[in-house]
Amino acid sequence: MSKLGDLGARLHRGEVGYDFIGNRKIWYGLSVLITITAIVALAVRGINMGIEFQGGAVFTTPKTDVSVSQAQEYAEEASGHDAIVQQLGNGSLRIQVAALDTEKSDQVRSDLAKDLGVPEEKIAAELVGPSWGEQIANKAWTGLGVFMVLVVIYLAIAFEWRMAVAALIALIHDLTITVGVYSLVGFEVTVGTVIGLLTILGYSLYDTVVVFDSLKESTKDITKQTRFTYSELANRSINGTLVRSINTTVVALLPVAGLLFIGGGVLGAGMLNDISLSLFVGLAAGAYSSIFIATPLVADLKEREPAVKALRKRILAKRASAAARGEDVLDEAAEAAVVGPRGARRGRAEENQR
Amino acid sequence: MVALTGGMFWSGHTTPRLGIDLAGGTSITLKAKAEPGQESAVNETNMNTAVGIIERRVNGLGVSEAEVQTQGRENIIVNIPKGTNEKQAREQVGTTAQLYFRPVLTVAAASPEPAPTASGSTAPKPSASASAGEKKPATPTATASTQGRALTEALKAPNATGTPTPTGSASATPKKDATPQATPTPDAATAALQQKFTTLNCLDPKQRTAAAEGTKPTDTIVACGKNAIDQWEKYLLGPAEVEGRDVDDAKAAIDQQSGQWIVDMSFTDAGSKKFQAITSKLSQQTEPQNQFAIVLDGEVVSAPRVQTTLSANAQISGSFNQQSAQDLGNILAYGALPLSFDTQSVDTVTAALGGDQLEAGLIAGAIGLALVILYLVIYYRGLSFIAILSLGVSALLTYVIMALLGPAIGFALNLPAVCGAIVAIGITADSFIVYFERIRDELREGRTLRPAVERAWPRARRTILVSDFVSFLAAAVLFIVTVGKVQGFAFTLGLTTLLDIVVVFLFTKPVMTLLARTKFFGNGHPWSGLDPKRLGAKPPLRRTRRTAPATVEPKEA
Repeated sequence: MSKLGDLGARLHRGEVGYDFIGNRKIWYGLSVLITITAIVALAVRGINMGIEFQGGAVFTTPKTDVSVSQAQEYAEEASGHDAIVQQLGNGSLRIQVAALDTEKSDQVRSDLAKDLGVPEEKIAAELVGPSWGEQIANKAWTGLGVFMVLVVIYLAIAFEWRMAVAALIALIHDLTITVGVYSLVGFEVTVGTVIGLLTILGYSLYDTVVVFDSLKESTKDITKQTRFTYSELANRSINGTLVRSINTTVVALLPVAGLLFIGGGVLGAGMLNDISLSLFVGLAAGAYSSIFIATPLVADLKEREPAVKALRKRILAKRASAAARGEDVLDEAAEAAVVGPRGARRGRAEENQR
Repeated sequence: MVALTGGMFWSGHTTPRLGIDLAGGTSITLKAKAEPGQESAVNETNMNTAVGIIERRVNGLGVSEAEVQTQGRENIIVNIPKGTNEKQAREQVGTTAQLYFRPVLTVAAASPEPAPTASGSTAPKPSASASAGEKKPATPTATASTQGRALTEALKAPNATGTPTPTGSASATPKKDATPQATPTPDAATAALQQKFTTLNCLDPKQRTAAAEGTKPTDTIVACGKNAIDQWEKYLLGPAEVEGRDVDDAKAAIDQQSGQWIVDMSFTDAGSKKFQAITSKLSQQTEPQNQFAIVLDGEVVSAPRVQTTLSANAQISGSFNQQSAQDLGNILAYGALPLSFDTQSVDTVTAALGGDQLEAGLIAGAIGLALVILYLVIYYRGLSFIAILSLGVSALLTYVIMALLGPAIGFALNLPAVCGAIVAIGITADSFIVYFERIRDELREGRTLRPAVERAWPRARRTILVSDFVSFLAAAVLFIVTVGKVQGFAFTLGLTTLLDIVVVFLFTKPVMTLLARTKFFGNGHPWSGLDPKRLGAKPPLRRTRRTAPATVEPKEA
């Protein structure tokens, strides 16, 4: 602990810190690169939709001793797609396989018959429709749209529109990356995946809001002081919440990583892979984007505001003159961990500026 | 919390109901019935409409995780998780097939035996031919409801005496012997139908179902239905004038004026015209021929009287209670299946995820959780005690509430929901991580623990509330707007978010305050996780900062 705790203390005092804002172009570039890769992957490879979305074939076998998981393995081998296997009350199996047309389904049927050791004609094959109908999908899209509008309005009121815009961009960034990874890995998109994506939606914004909250607090009296520019304060607030961000991300990612690498990888539970992959990528992207994308974006937008711009000019001028006098301004700056007294009235300060 | 846990054990529902992917359930296969002469009705469009309607019906609140899909050209599979009221679900998917509005020709008591009956008739109504404008939902429109209700009202009315149409209706007050010698309207039933009507015994379930079998919408039919006081009656009904698909929407509401439950319904454009035609005709008639029967799969679910010509909007009033009004609203709104179905098979199915998958998931989750605890202990030391306890309380509450919601609203836990709950660990943990970091920041400012705990709280609280609000907003919007599994997921997310706030406010904070008073934490024992020295706190002096030597040259500001 002591090392990280010590680091936390130094981050808190602003003694150490990574210049997130100053290096933002690097991170923007990285994100653009990843996003483009994701989009290209989507365009080239497409998305492998599971049976819930596009239907497929269903095979009903006669009574058999083959276990459900064994049958699932056979079916996935024979078809190359995810299979859903259920045992019916009379001991027969119902095997659903995605993306099969009639021709392919005949072949899978004969393969299955061989694997399961039952006569081929005893296996009934039929095409099934999606259980995740268009209606559900449309409503999910509507929900997503409504949510985004509401959350932008809420953030614009609770914080300001710049933060709302930045949060939204970060969110879209996270979702694109996650979908892109799906396309690259080639996992089938199931209902679980979609729900994983929606979870990210909530989590990504949640994480961004926590960082913004500290940003808002540290910059609320910005026009009253002449030590720091907005970008510098933003940077300090990111560094100040860095320990929290790391801790939260680790705590959120550990169980998901357990599901993905141990449950899915080692123990071979296929269905878990779908869900935990989208969660894992999304959570990681969400934590990354709130620090490296969302906050620098706010700083960028904010620096365009006349008052903030003027402040920056003044500060730079002051520093230049101080440097000319040979004082170590930065040292003084580092000492001033607290920006303005709490509860001071802001309005007056702004008046003074004018 | 104790009360909730107690409630769980008291109610005997100690495990959450599992979704079909985890626990299996029942699979019902429905086969579309091709009506003679309408074989082409069994097409993709109609099948998909039917899937949508059945989905809405079986999913109820949207958290029961039922699955509905087409199979082949003419089958629909409905999968229902274990523990659902299977009989009810089967009724829901099977029976709500076809809905027609038919004019009532005659009504009689349930059985052919001359039972003590009363003549049911109502006050003469001028049936204002005022062609009630297109949209006048608020005006008193179709009143009363089933014959029974009309009757009860009629008996109370002063002029409720026999009228030319001697219809029989079971009632508590026997008044007048009326063997169901219904006098049909001139253009109505043939003698055979009359015979069928006379001999029909609605008290016999077999006869009830047989009555409506093999009839076409254009036939005059006999049918059974229950009246407001839950007694069977039989009806002679004319050809269908309006179909279920003509109904645009219907829902239960409370009448602003009378404060009673009513059912509001609106029709599609085509439906409005048809409904206008039937109501304008019926409003001229006398009891009971001024009624139209709402017939669902051959059974009369309601038979409201018509007082005036109606068009796009109508309301059905009468002595509804909330339940009966909602039932009728549901039937009108969702009962409009374009096809009728036979239940072909009912099977139990095992979990789609084999037991080993669930086991693998649980093992993996447990390992992940152990790593979380290990991390917390290493980083937060003594504080991790509070963190782990908070997580434990949160997990317990989630579990208990899920277990209780199973029977209450049909909530079923499926694998995605389990994963959602695992992510919730992150959100819950974040709340106290935010708080702990705030406390540590205050300690670094040179405060002692007790004031630090109190000063850190308002700031941490704001952060927690703001961020949880966003999470909850996502859940609420998704729950309201979407259907099916997404709704089930949104429910889990909303629940865990709310619980997070509850736990932080009512558990983490008070426990933190209490522990701050102990020696171990208060004096900043090295293992408490709050040791000022380890945290690199400034000496607890006032404003000595300026004079303190600058420790490290900052890379930049």
